[in-house]
Parts: sequence; structure tokens; C-alpha cells
Amino acid sequence: MKFSTALSPHVQPVNSVTRVMFEVIVALVPGIIALVWFFGLGVLINVVLAVITALMAESLVLLVRGRPVWVSLKDLSAVVTAVLLAISLPAIAPWWVTVTGIVFAIVIAKHLYGGLGYNPFNPAMIGYVFLLVSFPLPMTSWPAVAGLGTMTLNFQDIAQLIFFERIPENADYDALTMATPLDALKTQLSLQKTVLEAQSGAVFGYLAGKGWEWVSLAYLLGGLWLMVRKIINWHIPVGLILGISVISGICYLIDAQLYAPPVFHLFAGATMLGAFFIATDPVTAATTVKGRLIYGMMIGALVYIIRVWGGYPDAVAFSVLLANLAAPALDYFTKPRVFGHRA
Amino acid sequence: MILIICATFAVFGVVLGFSAVYFKVQGNPIVDKIEAILPQTQCGQCSYPGCRPYAEAIASGEADINQCPPGGQDGINALADLLGLEAKPLNDEFGAVKPKSVAVIIEEDCIGCTKCIQACPVDAILGSAKMMHTVIANECTGCELCVAPCPVDCIVMEPIEQTISTWQWPEPERKYA
Amino acid sequence: MLNLARFHGGLHLPNNKELSNQAPLRQASIPKKLVYPLMQRPGVTVDPKVQVGERVLRGQVIAHSDHPLATPVHAASSGVIEAIEERLIPHPSGMADVCIVIATDGLDESLVTQGVADFSSQDPASIRTAIKNAGIVGLGGAAFPTAIKLNPGPQRKLDTLLLNGAECEPYITCDDCLMQNQPESVLVGAQILLHSLHIERCIVAIEDHMKRAYARLTQAVAALNDPRIIIVQVPAIYPTGGEKQLIKVVTGKETPSGGIPADIGVLCVNVGTASAVYDAVCKGKPLTERVITVTGRGVKEPQNRYVRIGTPISELIEQCGGYTEHVERLIMGGPMMGFALPDDEIAVVKATNCILAGTAADINIGKQAMPCIRCGDCAKACPVDLLPQQLYWHSRAGNLDKCKEFSLFDCIECGCCEVVCPSHIPLVQYYRSAKSKVIAKAKEAEKAAVAKRRHDMHLERKAKEQAEKAERARLKKEALAKVKQANAEKEGVTQ
Repeated sequence: MKFSTALSPHVQPVNSVTRVMFEVIVALVPGIIALVWFFGLGVLINVVLAVITALMAESLVLLVRGRPVWVSLKDLSAVVTAVLLAISLPAIAPWWVTVTGIVFAIVIAKHLYGGLGYNPFNPAMIGYVFLLVSFPLPMTSWPAVAGLGTMTLNFQDIAQLIFFERIPENADYDALTMATPLDALKTQLSLQKTVLEAQSGAVFGYLAGKGWEWVSLAYLLGGLWLMVRKIINWHIPVGLILGISVISGICYLIDAQLYAPPVFHLFAGATMLGAFFIATDPVTAATTVKGRLIYGMMIGALVYIIRVWGGYPDAVAFSVLLANLAAPALDYFTKPRVFGHRA
Repeated sequence: MILIICATFAVFGVVLGFSAVYFKVQGNPIVDKIEAILPQTQCGQCSYPGCRPYAEAIASGEADINQCPPGGQDGINALADLLGLEAKPLNDEFGAVKPKSVAVIIEEDCIGCTKCIQACPVDAILGSAKMMHTVIANECTGCELCVAPCPVDCIVMEPIEQTISTWQWPEPERKYA
Repeated sequence: MLNLARFHGGLHLPNNKELSNQAPLRQASIPKKLVYPLMQRPGVTVDPKVQVGERVLRGQVIAHSDHPLATPVHAASSGVIEAIEERLIPHPSGMADVCIVIATDGLDESLVTQGVADFSSQDPASIRTAIKNAGIVGLGGAAFPTAIKLNPGPQRKLDTLLLNGAECEPYITCDDCLMQNQPESVLVGAQILLHSLHIERCIVAIEDHMKRAYARLTQAVAALNDPRIIIVQVPAIYPTGGEKQLIKVVTGKETPSGGIPADIGVLCVNVGTASAVYDAVCKGKPLTERVITVTGRGVKEPQNRYVRIGTPISELIEQCGGYTEHVERLIMGGPMMGFALPDDEIAVVKATNCILAGTAADINIGKQAMPCIRCGDCAKACPVDLLPQQLYWHSRAGNLDKCKEFSLFDCIECGCCEVVCPSHIPLVQYYRSAKSKVIAKAKEAEKAAVAKRRHDMHLERKAKEQAEKAERARLKKEALAKVKQANAEKEGVTQ
């Protein structure tokens, strides 16, 4: 009897890119729920808009590149990029901000470098930084956290805002938005206030900012789930959290009036999102164990440095991109000792 | 100040002078490196009478790097790498890439003229006048130089067949990856 | 008790061993044909010592050679040499090579042989000769001649004999089965090896799920009352049965890259090999049969059998109830490192430990490679601590020097990286291909060096001939001139 042959190993593969990406999306659900709870349904509109745009952009580029469309679309990597960018945007960002950012991320940052697996920089973060430097105003106009604003918006109002930039009657734009905790802290410190004085402001909560801290906790939850499911390794998140904690802890010990406590930096802004979902993007991160620890710590330290001494209130995107640059070098210098070789 | 500068120059002068003597390289290292890449077929297809002369010609800039059919594209790429040049396709004026083969003498036709023995650049043909000749297949480089001189056309080039001991693991096909 | 170490990476795989280890160990019947390939390993081919039409007996040497790595081939049953011709052989290339084919006569007549009852009176050299003459090679899969392994040279000081019973590949249970049924022959084999190596410590390593084998071995050790032998259970992590991995687990020592276990004082043999040594030395029986697992959901009655080496797989499968209708692939060896066979007329060889008839439930029937996402899972799974991903990029680009820099040749091709790869990239295939290319390139370079040397000699000879010719011409000219002068003088005198 004749048989067809194949080469070993013959065992079924235990994992797939689609599964990895799908689990990442699932792990983002708690964070998205928290975002919707505190910042309104605009978050969902952004996510849906971003996903549709990303799938269309990805299909188009794949067609132009002469690649099979369905095979690549079903790996869900474009969806992950879209969701990550969408949840980083202010919940009332105009539609064209989302669309431009996604198209830039997918076409320029991902496919011009060769598509999935070949891009040196995290596409979502490239998209984010591109938007931040191009359209600073809409990119920093976060809606007021639920319960803190002077008025509440219904779904229709939000849709009007996003798609037509039409501000609801008897409201002005400033009333709709509110400074993020990191922003507020920076402003207050520049006004010669102490950290404690600044944190007595309305936007601050138990750990960091009102609302924001819950979003961070939800991301943390999702991140821990990813670790349990062995989708991500602990090295990058732990490195990142360690990096930011150590450096902020030292500064806090030196002068508690000038520097916010570590717990604030951990739960403010995008630290948790960055630690578990963005820095862990395998394509652009370091790949060795030691390299990943250093990579995480590097991002943590950079986030703190830019937040405290830099021009921007938050810095996860910049830090991740800077660390992306260092990843190949980290890999090169952290090669493990091969079995049977001398150290 | 001037003295210091003069002294520095003097020191450098001495160092350079000594290194010129002590680290003097025998022969021409670049020619050796080029020759190491060439396949040593000694076929002369490059228009030079052997691999060494071709290597010398490349080193002096007289010959291009794409004149060696037995070396193939891999050989050209390696030369381009070594010399910091742009790789280019084989110049087909000098021949085409052929599967590796060895010369085989059809023994019943051989008249024992020894012309092929004189032509062989690696002395891989055995025999003497009026006696039938044979090729040592292991030593044959497949240069084909013995084919033309044979007055009775009894030498043929036979491609080396893949056997189970020369079999190589195939490279996986690339579809999407 | 021993402190066990562990190696980096590895996998917990569904082992599927219960498929085949429930049935009792049985003797396979005599096949109609026996087929013996003459190629034993790359570059080692034995010569037939019989002619077509000749009758041979069981245990008779039918092929041998003087090559140091060659081992004699013995007929596994009596019969007539039917042919010496090209047949498909078990080789990943799926190519054919010369084989000796015996048509058996069913009488199963053997050569009369005799072993030595008391091996302790034998000196190591004669034990090695007995092992070599019995045609014993490593039965774990590598088929390296055991007699050579037993003589690692005076500069290597051995202290431990490690019997490898850690059958880590899924599905395979032949060693487990052998240890359950014949623990004594394994252990006496170990005693013979200890005696011939002059060492005092033997560790038998088995996986922790082999409860029955553990009980039977412990009993047998107690009965032998030999304090030199210890049985240890090691955690079942694939590839713990890899020689270097097992040594690391049991002794904590790492075999140096490019070295052999004897460099760190360890000699590792498979339990089946030890049993074969017992048969050869104490009973005088050459290696003509071994335990083989026939398993997978593609065969009706999975089981272990004593199979005569040379038995065509088709006959073996028939004895195990035949194929089920969903059989997809025929694999020699395990699902991780075994190779697929194109035809079941191929015969089993000494290294065959398992025949796996796989269905879609056992094996993957085609997967689509996607781009690498650099997740690093491969590096996490690699038991040798390589960076499979870097090796992949470099082997794919044909950058062989870089491959060597990333220790390509330390790769044991265990397949862990490929099984965990979410992009389903045929990583191992890239590494094998790169290794092939490196080896081929080295051979080519060697050939080029020979050609260059011969060409230089050729040029030298030509130059010498030329010089001689010139010299001869000069001498001739001189002689001529002299004669002319003499003639002129003569003429002058006569005038």
C-alpha cells in the first residue's frame, strides 16, 4: 500500500496566530467595558469604526501586494491593532481621527514594512503618535469621567459629536472635556503646587484618577488572564511595572511633594494597557528572556522620565516605540547559553 | 610644544616603520580569498587559463566577477560580498550554469591517443599511448576540456546523479510565510 | 535517592501510550520475505556475503564489511536468497537502495550457537567482539555500533552507565514493554556492560508513568541483589529520552557541544540494547529480532511484538489486524522525530522502534505556514536553549555562517519548536535543510581543494616538462655545434 509522506514532527500544532490574537481581544473586553462605563458609548463607536477601517485597509493592501486576503485577514492581527488604537483615543474623537490613524497604522506602519511579523514598530502606537503630533487638540480632549462632568451625553449626542463634530445645544466644548489625571498633575505641579495639593482635585481617586484607575484595574485583570492562558510571558509586564515602580519610588522617596507615588504612575494613564497589551506585542518586542526583562524595564523607565520631565503627560506610545528600536540589539546581546556550551 | 609634536610624529613613524616590516603580508591576500571562492574546476570558461589567473584578474580589476559558470550565482554572490560589489547575473558570454557532471570515456571507441590526458587540468585521466583511457570520476572537475581534443568523440559529460548518500533535505516550500 | 536536574524547555505531549501498552507482548510470526538494506548509515555500506539462490540459516551472516562503523547483518530466519536488488529502504528520502531479499521457508532453522554462562570470566575486548559479531547497534534509534561506543578510548574516564528507558516520544511503548516482560535480561545486560567497562554504577532511567515497569525492574534488582544498579523515575517531559537531555536530568552534567557523553564520564545505552547484549553474550544469539510497537488509530490491534528484523511492514500490520479505513500516514519511529514512509513494502531495520499508522486524529494532515510573529514560544520550548527563530531567519535566507553562529548543529531536531509555533512554520525542516547545505558545502570545498592541489601539481609537472624539453634542446644544439666544429676542424686538417 502506498502512503503520502510529510516531514516530522507529525504532531498537531498546539497553537495558532488566530487563537493568540483572539485571546488578546477577549482579554481587552473588561477594559473596554470599564472605558464605556466611565467615558460613554463613544468608545464602542471608535472600536467598531476602527475595526471596519482596519479590515478594509488590510484587505486593500493585501490585494495590492498580491497576497491572499482571507488567509491574512483571519489571523485577526489587524483587528487587534484596531482595537488597541481605538481604546487609546479619546472617546469623543472625531471619526476622521480614528480612520486616519488606523489607515496610517495598517498601511504605513505594518504593510510598508512587509506585513505581519516584519514591522519593526508597533503599528497601533505608530498610529497613535502620528495622530498625537498631527492633531493634538482632538487627541487630548478626553470626555469628562462619568459623574464628574456638568452634563451627561446620550448616544445620539455622542454620535453627533464623533461624526459631525456637532456640539449638543446649550453646551460648549470645554464643558464636555476634562483634563486627564496625568494632565492635571502636570499643570498643578507647574503652578508650584505640591503633589498632595494637586491630588485633592476632583479628577483624582483612590489610586490614580477617578474612573481611570478602574480602567487600569480592568486591563490588569485582562493581562493576568493572558498570562494564565500563556498568551503572553511575564517578563515584559513585570519588567515594565518594575521599571516604573523603582524609578518613581526613588523619586517619591527623595521628594514626595514633587513626585507622585508609584501607585499613581501604575494606575494612571496607559501604564497597565501598555504593560500587558502593547509592550507585549511579540513582533516588535525583544524575544529572549533577558532581553524581554530589559525591554520591559526600559519602557517603564522611559514612561516615567517622559511623564515627569518630558513635554507630554503620558508616554507609553513614545516609550514603546523607542524600545522597539532597541529590541534587535537587546536580542543580540542577550543570547542564552546553548546546552553544552561554556558560559 | 613643537618638540612634543615632533616626538609624537617620530614615535608614529617608528611604529609604522616596524609594522611595515613585522606585519608584512606575504603574497596577495585578496587573490587568495577570491581563489578560495572559485570552484577550482580549472575549466577556463572565464577566458583565463585557470582559477588562479582568473582570481588575479579579478583582483587587478581586469575581469568582472560574473564570468564563472561553474561557480554559479552563489559564487558571484560570494565574490560580490567579499569585494563589496553589487551582485549581478552570470554573463552568458562565458557559458551557462549546467548541472554538475563528470567526463566518461566510452571505452570501446577510445583509440588511446592521449590527447585528453594532456588536456586534463587535474590529471584525472589515466592511460598511455595506444591503451584505452579512463577517467577517475572522483577527481574529475567536470571542466569539459577533454571533450574537444578527442579525435573520435568518445568522451561524454554525464551529470552526477543524486544518490541516497548525496541526498539533501529539501527546503520547505514558501507560500505565505 | 538521586537529585534530578532538569533541562530547559521541552513539552508535555499527550502520550497516547495506552493505545499499545495494554496488549501482551507477543512473538510475530515468520514473514514470507525478509529484506535487508546494505546501507547502514551515510557512507557505511556492507557487502553481501551470500549469492542469489543460496540457502541461509537463522543467525548466519549475510552481509558485512571491514568499515569500522559497519556491523554484520544476520538472517532472521532460514530460507533462500531470492534477490540482491534495489528496493525502497527506510530513509527520509524515500529512495531505493540495494537490499538482500530472503524468501523464508518457514522451517526457521538456526545456526547452533553457544553463549558463555559466566560472563565475568571474559575480558572486555572479547565481550566487545561478541557484541560486534552479534551485529548489535543502539536500538534507541540512532543505530550506532555498540561495540564502538563501549570503547571510548583511554583518555576518557567513565564512571556511570546510564540505561535509557525514558521512552519520551508519544505512542512508543516498546522499551516499556520489554522492561515489563524481561527485566532480568535488561539488568544482566547492564551487568555485562558494567563488567566490560570496569565501572561500578548503573542508573536505569524510566519515565514516571511507567509504574509496572518500575515494579518489575525493582523486583528484578532485588533478586539480583546488585547494589550497583539503581532505578530512577524521571518526569515525562519530551524529549527527556534524548541522550544528552537524560544525562543532564540524571547526573546534572551537560555533554559538551560536539562532544560525546563519555567526555563527562557517562555511557548511555538504550534498555533494548542492554537486553540484546545479554542475548549475544550469554546465549550467543545475534541480533535478529527486537520489540517493535505497532500503534496508531490507523491499525486495528495496536500492540508490541517481537519482530524479526527485515520483516516488511505490510506483513507486520497484517498480523496486527490490518489497517483501519481512516489510515492516512505510515511513520517509522514516533510522531515527533519519525519519518513518513511512502510504501508499506519497506522492511523494519534494527533502529525501528515503532510503526505508527496515523489517522487525522493522531497526526496533522497539512498545515499552512504563516509569517513568524516572533512570539518566542519556540525558544521557550527548545531543550537545547537555542533561538529557533533566529535560526529560522538565517536558514531561510541561506545565511549558513550565521546559522553556525547560532549553533545550528546543536539542534537535535526534536520538533518542540515546530509544535508550539503559532504560525505553523516547518522550522525543523529549515534546520535540516540548512544542515544538509552546510555539509554539502564542506564536501564541495574539500573537493575544490583537491582539484586545486592536483591542478598545481599538473602545472608544476608541465613546467618541469617544459624545462626538460628546453634543456634537451639546448644540449642537442650544443652537441650539434660541437659536431659542426669538429667537422670544420677535420676539414681544416685535411685541407
